[in-house]
Amino acid sequence: MTSCLWSLENGRAKGKFVADQGIHLKDPLLDYRPMANKGYDANKPTTTMCHQVSQKDVIMRLLFVDGSLYLKGNPAIFHGYLDDQFTQLQKLQDESNPDFVVEVVSLFFEDSEKLLNNLTRALEQQNVDFRQVDAHVHQFKGSSSSIGAMRVKNVCVAFRNNCEAQNHEGSLRCLQQVKYEYSLLKNKLETLFRLEQQILAAGGSIPIME
Amino acid sequence: MVFGASSSSSKGMTSIDKRNDGNNNFVAERNLSALIVDDDLIVRRIHTTLLTKLGVKTQGVENGKKAVDLFQSGDFFDLVIMDMEMPVMDGPEATKQLRAMGIGSMIVGVTSRNLESEKQAFMGAGLNDCYVKPLTVDDMIAILNKLNNN
Repeated sequence: MTSCLWSLENGRAKGKFVADQGIHLKDPLLDYRPMANKGYDANKPTTTMCHQVSQKDVIMRLLFVDGSLYLKGNPAIFHGYLDDQFTQLQKLQDESNPDFVVEVVSLFFEDSEKLLNNLTRALEQQNVDFRQVDAHVHQFKGSSSSIGAMRVKNVCVAFRNNCEAQNHEGSLRCLQQVKYEYSLLKNKLETLFRLEQQILAAGGSIPIME
Repeated sequence: MVFGASSSSSKGMTSIDKRNDGNNNFVAERNLSALIVDDDLIVRRIHTTLLTKLGVKTQGVENGKKAVDLFQSGDFFDLVIMDMEMPVMDGPEATKQLRAMGIGSMIVGVTSRNLESEKQAFMGAGLNDCYVKPLTVDDMIAILNKLNNN
């Protein structure tokens, strides 16, 4: 039976960890991002512990190694949705920029809602101005690739082809598709952030999922 | 001093910590300044944060004309990250104008597509280098290394 007690003190995780002999982790730190660190105590034995928490279809694994907390999102959930560019953003987050990823993603959400509204209106017109539509899609393609949203970006590529061909029906189909992909991604990211917040705020204990 | 990104870190990640010389071998020799020219707010934010983390004083503008105006008013930047497609004045035009003014700063172009023809045309305007956006940590370190060696 493993147990874990940790709390946040001045934004740093401090706690007492009990070794779980059953866990053998191969290269445990690969793909994990440090969330919070406490000073290493040379008097305590090395401890490693892995917990899993989940909400909807987002699974997070928490790894405690030598008192440091590492967080790993289930890669399968994001496979195909977010590419390496998202990992680049996570690397830019640190103590001096603790909310960087959330901020950039929020900017992306704001930008996207506006763009999708503009696109909807532009395609509702009697005489569609395809150059205007293309300009919006170009912007959406740019911002989605800057956060690594590859599925959204790929729909934008097809969308631009339809604009170039002045294909109204094709463009409407792409609009529908891009709205769908965007809402899927938004959902996953919001769940991920909410879960991270809950984990960080959970002073006391982390629920252990079997 | 050398800027380098270590990919042999035991964590499997290139971490950035300008206080720590260990993982990424980055030490700013002198106070470098950079100008990010891009109409996309998100890209500006990402590039600004990246450069700031690497110890570079950074400013951002949303089109080529604003960049040219800044230089004309006497501001100077060691590095310009120039987006290709922008309203009002695009990257190639702004680059040409800056070079015509005699600006010798390092100008690095960024394009949204990895098309050789596009990159070559942009390079022809007077760029030192051209990348696909957004720039990664490793890209930025390579650029800053070159800047420091000049």
